[in-house]
Amino acid sequence: MRTFPIGGIHPSDNKEWSKDKAIEVLGLPDEVKVTMIQHIGAPSTPIVQKGDKVLTGQLIGQATGFVSANIHAPISGTVTSVDAYPNGQGQRRIMVVIKREGDEWMEDIDRTPELKRECTLTPEEIIAKVRNAGIVGLGGAQFPTHVKLSVPDGHKAEVLIINGVECEPYLTSDYRNMLERAEMLLTGIEVLMRAVKVERAVIGVENNKPDAIAHLRDIIARNNYRGIEVMPLKLRYPQGGEKQLIAAVTGRQVAPPPALPISVGAVVCNVSTAIAVYEAVQKNKPLIERVVTITGKALGSTHNFLVRMGTCVGDIINLAGGLPEGDVKLLNGGPMMGRSVVDITAPLIKGCSGITVLSGKEAARGKEIACIKCGKCVAACPMGLEPYLLSKLAKLQKWDMAEEHNTIDCIECGCCSYTCPSYVPLLDYIRIGKQTVMTNIRARANANKK
Amino acid sequence: MATRLFAAPSPHLHGGENTRRIMGDVVLALLPALAVSTYVLGWSVLTTTAIAVAGCVVFEYLICRLFLKRKSTIGDLSAVVTGVLLAFNLPAGIPWWIVLIGALVAIGVGKMTFGGLGCNPFNPALTGRIFLLIAYPVQMTDWTTNVPDTLSGSTILPTIKYQPELVSELDIMQMFGGNMNGSMGEIGALALILGGLYLLWRRVISWHIPVSILATMAIFAAIVGAGYGGAVVYELPLFHLLAGGALLGAIFMATDYSTSPMTHKGMIIYGVGIGVITMIIRLWGAYPEGMSFAIFIMNAVTPLINKYCRPKRFGC
Amino acid sequence: MNSLVLTVLTLGVLGVNLAVVLYFVAQKFKVEEDPRIDEVEKMLPGANCGGCGFAGCRAMSEALVTRDNIGALFCPVAGGEVMKSIAGYLGKTAAENSPIVATMRCGGTCQKRPKVNHYDGALNCAVVNTFYVGESGCAFGCIGYGDCVHACKFGALSINEETGLVEVDPDKCTACGACVKACPKGLFELRKKWPKNRAIFVACRSKNRGAVVSKVCKAGCIGCGKCEKVCAFGAITIDSHLAYIDPEKCKLCRKCVNECPTGAIHIVNMERLPKEPKVAKTPAAEVKAEVKAEVKVETANKE
Repeated sequence: MRTFPIGGIHPSDNKEWSKDKAIEVLGLPDEVKVTMIQHIGAPSTPIVQKGDKVLTGQLIGQATGFVSANIHAPISGTVTSVDAYPNGQGQRRIMVVIKREGDEWMEDIDRTPELKRECTLTPEEIIAKVRNAGIVGLGGAQFPTHVKLSVPDGHKAEVLIINGVECEPYLTSDYRNMLERAEMLLTGIEVLMRAVKVERAVIGVENNKPDAIAHLRDIIARNNYRGIEVMPLKLRYPQGGEKQLIAAVTGRQVAPPPALPISVGAVVCNVSTAIAVYEAVQKNKPLIERVVTITGKALGSTHNFLVRMGTCVGDIINLAGGLPEGDVKLLNGGPMMGRSVVDITAPLIKGCSGITVLSGKEAARGKEIACIKCGKCVAACPMGLEPYLLSKLAKLQKWDMAEEHNTIDCIECGCCSYTCPSYVPLLDYIRIGKQTVMTNIRARANANKK
Repeated sequence: MATRLFAAPSPHLHGGENTRRIMGDVVLALLPALAVSTYVLGWSVLTTTAIAVAGCVVFEYLICRLFLKRKSTIGDLSAVVTGVLLAFNLPAGIPWWIVLIGALVAIGVGKMTFGGLGCNPFNPALTGRIFLLIAYPVQMTDWTTNVPDTLSGSTILPTIKYQPELVSELDIMQMFGGNMNGSMGEIGALALILGGLYLLWRRVISWHIPVSILATMAIFAAIVGAGYGGAVVYELPLFHLLAGGALLGAIFMATDYSTSPMTHKGMIIYGVGIGVITMIIRLWGAYPEGMSFAIFIMNAVTPLINKYCRPKRFGC
Repeated sequence: MNSLVLTVLTLGVLGVNLAVVLYFVAQKFKVEEDPRIDEVEKMLPGANCGGCGFAGCRAMSEALVTRDNIGALFCPVAGGEVMKSIAGYLGKTAAENSPIVATMRCGGTCQKRPKVNHYDGALNCAVVNTFYVGESGCAFGCIGYGDCVHACKFGALSINEETGLVEVDPDKCTACGACVKACPKGLFELRKKWPKNRAIFVACRSKNRGAVVSKVCKAGCIGCGKCEKVCAFGAITIDSHLAYIDPEKCKLCRKCVNECPTGAIHIVNMERLPKEPKVAKTPAAEVKAEVKAEVKVETANKE
């Protein structure tokens, strides 16, 4: 069975906590706060004002530039405020607050449940629709999807890879999507194949989800989805990393930055993103809701919810029994790459595939002692880096040397910190190094331009 | 009680491995060899080991508190490992004060002067042993308490050094069980292999270093043995793997984390280096046993190996 | 005896030969260098802190010796006197720099700015800053893990365990600027150093609205503008809900200190002005106070 070539770890995935919970459609929230930065790139500009009436699916945030994404009203009602509010990390961001009144949708949105399979649009039309619908990578990276689909000149896409790996422990939203919304997913893949002009699509699924593999294969065979295959992959974290997945599926490695996946002819898209593309292109429905896993041993119950964007995180947790007392760690995402949330009034954003609650005991870090140079981080690094060295260089602020040792290759998967027997917070420091080196490189590039 | 939110950068999970547990595993893996040694050589093995361990732990504690003025680091159990390994490198009946001097050199010179755990360029236990070997050569090679073997009266390594063909007269199976002369920890070949397998199973060590050392030694010995013809071709390699500190060194001493390379490629280079140097010293050097010196020399080369054996960068 | 003589002879001949070789090598690779560079380097403090903008004291002394105009070069560690003597040695004119000192501009102590979450990552301000606002919920305040303390080569910074804030020892501070670079929140500023280490500054960097600030911190600047109005020297400006006192214009008159409703304006090594009853406040009294303040400042300068 295939997997990526180097490094990786096997954290216990604990997906059984929520994997059998069918997707529940959450009741409409009374109020939503819609952040104007729910993507990588330039923040969107709010185009509504306090007092405006909006319909569900109406454009409220206009993308500013190519690498940016539109933002739509997730509910209908009145805009009560356009102001800075704290996000999950307590940082204040411009948000549009909408108070719900009824449930009125934009007229051109097709809300019928029937599957609409035939698509006669040109690739350009599909990409334009994806762009208008404000679709971003729903696996967590939040990279605008239309940018990915726009194959640059001089490159040709050969294969579309659909990321159904969900290597992040605990999370099951993609898994539930594959089981319950397989037809939408497969039609979405057909649309995407049309958009990037490829004949072949591969859905990579890890072998801890045999029923998803079987189900997808069954539907592909029964309903004649041509050119789409399901490839089981050997369970290993971080298989869902874009470069790791391409290597696992095609055997080809994307060169270090600034090379893009397209350089090996691959376009990668997440399962949930493919479903969002289906809805946007075939049903005219912009990205206003997503499936979110609510999980954690510390919680009263676990769920897979279909939630509108902008819903308050605290409200969602209350539906799962509320935050437990004592020390807890609340995560936007899974336990390996998720971000700590310190403000539960923060809204749900597009890239949030799960809300994980860890008890203080589960979350507490061990006491750091000296590095014993065991080399476990080197063996675990999926990018072939030397985390112990990069971490030390960042701590000593030797940015030039960190750059020499390719610190910008780091994908922040956390395998190094996970394996370290001395509890050295390797990634904490590597991240500083990476950010500083990136800034330095950009500054140099700008200086050269001038 | 109110809810308090924790915040930290990702990752939020840890594999659960820790340094203390790793050191504990190494001690555990050394226990079978200790048992065999005690059975063969008597209770003095246990007292010598106890003195060495106590010495190492106490010296580390004192150096931390008195000289470095920082929290003591004995909790990570690495001083215990150093103590056991040091004891395993000494003959059974050695006077207690020599053991203490060895512990002081191992911890004081070999480890703490460089900054403690993880910073030492040389294996601390080996530093202690080599110091003692040079300072007290008589006591360090006094194996009279050992049971007499088939080549009674003399030690086997020097004998085979000059007359390799005599290897046929040795009872290899006896060596497996511990019936040979040598330092305390060197004699129970089977027990050492058992400990090594345990460490491999617990993923404390990888196979690269021990296998490359032992394979290099075996091939080297086979080539030399071929010159004598007959059964010596395979008996000589087997003898060299079992005699002296080959197994102890390859499994427990050379695999010490901070003094061995990080990447698998580097580990193999390191292992081959140790194997070759050991055999050169054993066959043509002045000392009968070359394992300690070989590891010591390759320890010194480790930073260089680390510098040139980088992991393969993804996408290159 | 014979062997002894032989040994001495061999070693002697060897030594002489090597000396000859070394002499020629030294001649061949000799680098001509202005001897004054060494002298200047000796006069510099040798801290190699980089506060002057050069990599170290050697580079600075090279620049001092080689450049014709050294008006732009200044060693903050050595200070004006040393610069003057160096300039005297080189026969050039030194820069006239008034002394400055690092100032930490956050007053959010543990009491005034309680922790609302528990940070469990690497104890490093830059790490905290990579992913969230910090334990207090104030996105602008001191994180308190001491990146600046580690950056300071003169031991001038320390963390006060009680307040959780970094404190500057102005006597040890050389204004090298390392802390300014190290602080991810940009809390440090090199401000004019008054005699007796007197100082008045706004100990807050929060650009949030007043309501937002007071939610997380009782000592933050809420941008009310009272200080701006009361300042007679135009030293105070309000930008994005944040007051700033220009150290070049401020005369330490202390009026703003009494006006500040949150105590965000810190006053160091000086008594506050006595609180005047509001009713008695007439334009005449104000002018009087102003004059008084100026007189005081002058005396302070003389000291």
